[in-house]
Amino acid sequence: MYTQALDSPGAEPRSPASAGEAERERRFQERIDRDEKIEPKDWMPEGYRQTLIRQIAQHAHSEIVGMLPEGNWITRAPTLRRKLVLIAKVQDEGGHGMYLYSAAETLGVSRGELIEQLLAGRAKYSSIFNYPTLTWADIGAIGWLVDGAAIMNQIPLCRCSYGPYARAMVRICKEESFHQRQGYEIMLTLARGTPAQREMAQDALNRWWWPSLMMFGPSDAESVHTAQSMRWKIKRFSNDELRQRFIDVTVPQAQFLDLAVPDPALRWDEASQHFITGPIDWSEFQTVLKGHGPCNRERLGARRAAHDAGRWVREAAAAYADKHRDRTGGGAERYAQAV
Amino acid sequence: MSAAAESALGASGEDHFRYVLRLADTSLVLGQRLSEWVGHAPALEEDLALGNIALDLIGQARLLLSYAGRIEGRGREEDQLAFLRDAPEFYNVALAEQPNGDFAATIVRQALIDAWQLELYHSLTASADEPLAEIAAKALKECRYHWRFSCGWLVRLGDGTPESHVRAQEALDALWRFTEELITPDALDVRMASLAIAPPLAAVHGRWEARIAAALKEATLRQPASQHYPWHGKSGVHTEHLGHLLGEMQHLQRTYPGATW
Repeated sequence: MYTQALDSPGAEPRSPASAGEAERERRFQERIDRDEKIEPKDWMPEGYRQTLIRQIAQHAHSEIVGMLPEGNWITRAPTLRRKLVLIAKVQDEGGHGMYLYSAAETLGVSRGELIEQLLAGRAKYSSIFNYPTLTWADIGAIGWLVDGAAIMNQIPLCRCSYGPYARAMVRICKEESFHQRQGYEIMLTLARGTPAQREMAQDALNRWWWPSLMMFGPSDAESVHTAQSMRWKIKRFSNDELRQRFIDVTVPQAQFLDLAVPDPALRWDEASQHFITGPIDWSEFQTVLKGHGPCNRERLGARRAAHDAGRWVREAAAAYADKHRDRTGGGAERYAQAV
Repeated sequence: MSAAAESALGASGEDHFRYVLRLADTSLVLGQRLSEWVGHAPALEEDLALGNIALDLIGQARLLLSYAGRIEGRGREEDQLAFLRDAPEFYNVALAEQPNGDFAATIVRQALIDAWQLELYHSLTASADEPLAEIAAKALKECRYHWRFSCGWLVRLGDGTPESHVRAQEALDALWRFTEELITPDALDVRMASLAIAPPLAAVHGRWEARIAAALKEATLRQPASQHYPWHGKSGVHTEHLGHLLGEMQHLQRTYPGATW
């Protein structure tokens, strides 16, 4: 679903070690300035590689962890059509995770290593997925707001300088925009439904509004790597610019639903032609990021439980493949196709 | 439930309605069970595959429930039939409602039902009931993929590690008693077969048994001795698990009667 601008220390771009490397970096930057795509076998500065691995992995992990809050409502979806749409959506997220892990693998890291980092609590994922889905309206709100915010962030990534990531994002964005429309349609149905459904929709907006704004990451003043990532065209717009775009698009959508954005300070500013929100409570963001959000333990716990419970299955598949390696074609597959 | 009028095929409306519900409910309940795996499967690829099978099964259930509603003629649509019937009015085979357990239990349950649906839908493509034959033709294509998946995993687990073998064998031993109703015709099966709406279950039985026996052999698993188990879900007699599954699935429709979602 999404990557958050979670710049963390540890991958500071190093200064070039030698004159030769400085020259290579200069030529690399020229390619980027000419809007050429960087491909896996091309030379790239180590800082560029590490920044991308971190960003793509966070994005992949977010997709995988993001399956959980929505998956929470699959068995309780209110109609069969809604159930199908929700299963397909959660599956799309799993699929996005797969392409993104593959994109990260082109940078010399394996999916297994990245998953180990996630399960060990050493990798980040978007803070939004540490909030609970308490009612069916949350499924609408996630599609509308969370996927909506993700799209704002991801559309510029379709033009990211790293080829495999940019190409993965093209497909992901198409699917996300479909998800966003589905989510909004759930909200519209609820907002025009019974008083209880309306109340459910308003409650979901109240709970998801601020965390959605936090999805864009810390404000520009606090964001460490924005400038370097911009030069490398890994990032095209600042956190605050993207957040503002999201607010400007989303507030009229809330008005169309006749739901109240939970921000008494929200106002339209004629001079700048933007909606201006009240201050974001960054202390909440930091709390969730540090692992103390409402569902951090549950989300990582569920991923670890699935990984541990699945170990014997993965071992069985590997053992079977080893036993039957000398046969022509994989035994189980071949057998299943033949019968 | 009031009996619908006699159908053009000579079946009593009640019989016809109930037979289509057997098919619909088996797909719906099994799809609901598989959907519980989404986000929690042993690997990402399996997560996507189980979700796909759930999508197919629930898609089949929608077609069948809508058709059942038309046969019944009381204006009930797919969601009313799925969300507003209680357990005794569900006619799925009891095997479908058994809990997911570990991945071996899910795979064994799936392989036993996939092989059965594959053979049953294959025969139903020749049903005298044309709308049912059309639904069967669509379902049959999906069932082939489901069987490829479940049979492939049954063989990998059975012939994988000692642990996976034991788990698969235990699941098979525990679930085998529920296969009796798949292959034992009751009065409704016989009446539907006599009108050529459904195949004689004996024909399905033979092909199902051969398919399962071959898969178990490849999987190095032992076929359990048959056990008489006369409490058949297809007659509305269920295990305790179905009530819980429906309680969860029907929660919103029951809590907010009459709302549109």
